[in-house]
Amino acid sequence: MSFFNDNFIKLLTRSKDEFSGLRAGDEVLLTGDIYTARDQAHKKLIELIRKGGKLPFDLKGQIIYYCGPTKTPPMRVIGSCGPTTSARMDKMTGPLLEAGVKAMIGKGRRSEEVRGLIKKHKAVYFLATGGAGAYLAKRVISVKPVAFKELGPEAVYRLRVKDFPLIVGIDSQGNDIFRK
Amino acid sequence: MKKLTEKMISESVARLCIDANLHLRPDVDSALARALSKESGIQAKKILKQLVDNARIAKADRVALCQDTGMPVVFVDIGRGVDVSSLDMTRAVNKGVREGYKRGYLRNSIVLDPLAREGASKFSPCVIHFTFGRHKGMRITVLPKGFGCENKTQLKMFNPTATIGDIKDFIISAVQQAGPDACPPYILGIGIGGTADYACQLSKEALLRPIDKPNPLGAVAKLEKELYKKINQSGIGPMGLGGNTTVLGVNIKTFPTHIAGLPVCVNISCHVLRSASVIL
Repeated sequence: MSFFNDNFIKLLTRSKDEFSGLRAGDEVLLTGDIYTARDQAHKKLIELIRKGGKLPFDLKGQIIYYCGPTKTPPMRVIGSCGPTTSARMDKMTGPLLEAGVKAMIGKGRRSEEVRGLIKKHKAVYFLATGGAGAYLAKRVISVKPVAFKELGPEAVYRLRVKDFPLIVGIDSQGNDIFRK
Repeated sequence: MKKLTEKMISESVARLCIDANLHLRPDVDSALARALSKESGIQAKKILKQLVDNARIAKADRVALCQDTGMPVVFVDIGRGVDVSSLDMTRAVNKGVREGYKRGYLRNSIVLDPLAREGASKFSPCVIHFTFGRHKGMRITVLPKGFGCENKTQLKMFNPTATIGDIKDFIISAVQQAGPDACPPYILGIGIGGTADYACQLSKEALLRPIDKPNPLGAVAKLEKELYKKINQSGIGPMGLGGNTTVLGVNIKTFPTHIAGLPVCVNISCHVLRSASVIL
């Protein structure tokens, strides 16, 4: 049985309009490229933005996944790769949205400030199922290291995902699934 | 007297690290399956199904259940009839952790300097609790604790005149504060008594007991049951999206304490509660 056997929305990461049409609570199967970045990668990206330095990848229109995967076992595309707690990134989310990030994937609540920023930038916050790292690994079809290799599991990787199961946590109008 | 070698210990620890991170504990696995059959929320049911599938995939693909393979907490309980007098036990255990995490393709989540957040550690050091008991042999248990939930730990030093109601309120509020953030459905490890530090250790030890086995003390078992029922009525649900599965288990461990105090520690575990044991 498929996890989402009804009413899911098939979504491509590169589509523009469809993101703003999403509503909190919608179930989505996402296909395309997403970029992992958690605590230390955020810190580095923000320092670069502040100094006006060249970013290792263009943040415009990208989707950031709060994730630090395990090492990749032989014959696998990626190791366990579920979301980490989003709230730790709350204080660092503003500059990334300013730089054009259009969506974030994580788990748990966001601050009121972040909810406001998401609305302002017409971005989206998605929830992935925490602790389902082996399950989610099945939906990743390729991995490419992009930046900050020295951070190990906290480095930035580009994941190409297919039908990655998500739930809309905060939509572009600022509706929050946890504040209903 | 059975003479243990450093290799026997490190090899056992290595295997336990892999076993714990790849195979969901049977008691947790069946609690998830039970929750799935009983859950009435539609989205909650879908999430529980993902979690049941996750355990199956982790086992089949030999991939960690969760990318946060935790900070390993290792309990070494040395009983009678084993000789470790010539060994550096701390070194042996840490060597086992390093080997297990490497061999199991687990995540290196340890930073050597907690303030500078730097220092390329190689999976260790882990936290080790050594105890001595009257049982036969040496029991080693590895509990890899993820930090999404570890961050939600709460300790409170109650007055000795505090009521059971006060304690219940504190525990329930700890779960409510964790809310959707620490991967519910949770398993609660609760330490009551001892000193501040020991209550915290008790709360970890409580997580080691199978969640389908109540505390042997009747009054404590009753408290576990009440909390389980009450918290599952909170409506937090799987991933905090609503439902009647907020905790899969509530385990309390008690210890004598001082006449002037009553320490209570709530250590929340996410649904991926992992531990594995062996007796040498």
